[in-house]
Amino acid sequence: MAEELSKPEPQAVSADLPLLRIDAVVKTFGGFRAVDRLSLDIGAGEFFALLGPSGCGKTTLLRMLAGFETLDEGRILLNGTDIGPVLPHQRPVNMMFQNYALFPHLTVRDNIAFGLRRARMPRSQIDTRVAEMIALVKLEGLETRKPDQLSGGQKQRVALARSLARRPKVLLLDEPLAALDKKLRESTQLELMEVQRRLGMTFIIVTHDQEEAMTVADRIGVMAAGRLEQVATPRELYEAPGSRWIAEFVGDINLFEGQVASREANRLAVSTNAGMLLAAQPRQPITNTIVAVAIRPEKVKLSRRGPMPDPLNAQAVNRLEGVVTDVGYLGGLTTYKLKLDSGAVLRSSMANTARIDIDAYSAGQRVVAWFTPDDCVVLEQ
Amino acid sequence: MSARRIFTGPARLAAIAPYLWMVLFFLVPFGFVLKISLSQTAIAQPPYLPVFDPTQGFEAIKAAFAALSLDNFKLLVSDHLYVLSYLRSLVVAVVSTSILLLIGYPIAYGMARLPQRWQSVAMMLVIVPFWTSFLIRIYAWINILQHDGLLNQILLALHLVSAPVVWLSTDSAMYIGLVYSYLPFMILPLYATLAKMDPSLLEAANDLGASPLRAFWLLTFPLSLPGVGAGVLLCFIPIVGEFVIPDLLAGSHSLMIGQILWLEFFTNKDWPVASAAAVALLILLVPPLLLYDRLQRRQLEGAR
Repeated sequence: MAEELSKPEPQAVSADLPLLRIDAVVKTFGGFRAVDRLSLDIGAGEFFALLGPSGCGKTTLLRMLAGFETLDEGRILLNGTDIGPVLPHQRPVNMMFQNYALFPHLTVRDNIAFGLRRARMPRSQIDTRVAEMIALVKLEGLETRKPDQLSGGQKQRVALARSLARRPKVLLLDEPLAALDKKLRESTQLELMEVQRRLGMTFIIVTHDQEEAMTVADRIGVMAAGRLEQVATPRELYEAPGSRWIAEFVGDINLFEGQVASREANRLAVSTNAGMLLAAQPRQPITNTIVAVAIRPEKVKLSRRGPMPDPLNAQAVNRLEGVVTDVGYLGGLTTYKLKLDSGAVLRSSMANTARIDIDAYSAGQRVVAWFTPDDCVVLEQ
Repeated sequence: MSARRIFTGPARLAAIAPYLWMVLFFLVPFGFVLKISLSQTAIAQPPYLPVFDPTQGFEAIKAAFAALSLDNFKLLVSDHLYVLSYLRSLVVAVVSTSILLLIGYPIAYGMARLPQRWQSVAMMLVIVPFWTSFLIRIYAWINILQHDGLLNQILLALHLVSAPVVWLSTDSAMYIGLVYSYLPFMILPLYATLAKMDPSLLEAANDLGASPLRAFWLLTFPLSLPGVGAGVLLCFIPIVGEFVIPDLLAGSHSLMIGQILWLEFFTNKDWPVASAAAVALLILLVPPLLLYDRLQRRQLEGAR
């Protein structure tokens, strides 16, 4: 009895709960598990990206947050309150749609004011808020246009302004930039970050574009087959991928499979098809003997003669010899494909730091590729 | 260079074909009807006076033109029979089109929300009655509505009425027949606009705080107005000139303009007055047609 009395009152806002807690959520479509016991915490003011290939369940998860899909199992807590039974039009969450879903018969101003009118905001306040939003997304002068009279980029801004106008606790963005061309997409990414920082809102963006996720997000959750494979900062995700699948999904990578030959205090020697490679011991000790050594192409340096011997660390460099088979000049960087003497293929990319590069390699040339053990990541299958 | 050649030769002829069709099968006959409407009955008919005879030379044609008169139109305006039948036609068309819209909209809306594979089945069901002759279907209604017909038997069995209701030769029977016959013409354009509506618009409205009912009035309905316009005109215009349904199902106490036309042509054999009535009907129907055209054009501009 005493215990029951001393029990604290259930509180809507709890200090130890994050803004949004997704707790073991399951969604099944006719036997197919689109979202599979997924749990995730997202803090207030965070810019979070859900990244994954198409069909991985990221959009389904977003639609569950918006209320368009019901949960089969699990809970979604917003500020500690279970929003599962709350209907979409009553959720303090707004969504920006992939195709923008602008109302074609309403002007830009009426599109943005739509949500405010539904909230029964006084007229004068609506006018102020709409003007604020139009200034925020730089749409001045287009207030009376209809969506059909706008360019793709302008439509995107109207959609953003409309979804922000109600000042939602969480803004959900479903592939918001997918329809824009590359240049516009890049500038809009920066604007999205700026808007998010200025309003201090929580943004959850769904995207299949890893560069976009890495540019805009504080943290990225990589999804595959309805589950979160890894949740990490962009740097962690790229430099310390949690699994072989993530290493291959995020960015380019060289992967060499092999067996652990010897272990030292901070070093592993792995016998791979490219030869014996030295790699730094990962933070979590490797238990398996069958592993893969992963090296990002930009960490592979090329030279004609090999690295200058370092008196302190003379042994600790991986050195592989081979022939250049492909050269791809991409402007900012050049990618090389090598056929190693061991038969394995190794990719390298080098920044073009000088306009006239006397050091450029051409196909057929023999080179030495080298990288340090710290550049290698050892991954279990 | 080759792009310009697309519109030469046979392709150009193909572009002219619809206009040729219009001139041959609409404008020329209409010219005949217009001429007859301005003529007078002669003893042996046709022809009607005056007669245009190009062999008599220019002066004769000039005289013939001078002999045309608006007498038949004056008769239409002065005789209550004609004015009342025009008014009745308009009232019947307005009432039945309203009923059609009230019944057709929910059906079209329901169809558009069915799963994709059921939509084609529903579409089929709407079209299936067309496979039976229109006249046979109207006669079937006579059968259903008659004194000991199906409708009265059901009403009696359910104890909704104590004695058979007189349905035939009443306006109710005519409205039943009109609504039944024209329903597909209302449903199909409505369905076409409702089905192509992007469902994410409703989700967006929902997301922005509009309940499903509000989202319907703020989005679905205004966006379906072009379909409403098309359906209304597709029903309204033919119903104004409808002859068969009122003739078979309604009483003979008041006539619609289509019935008047029939009477003048085939019973009175007064082709000039009948032609004048037909021309007047066309003039009556031009304004709604123009209105529809403008609506459609605005819709097209909006879509760009």
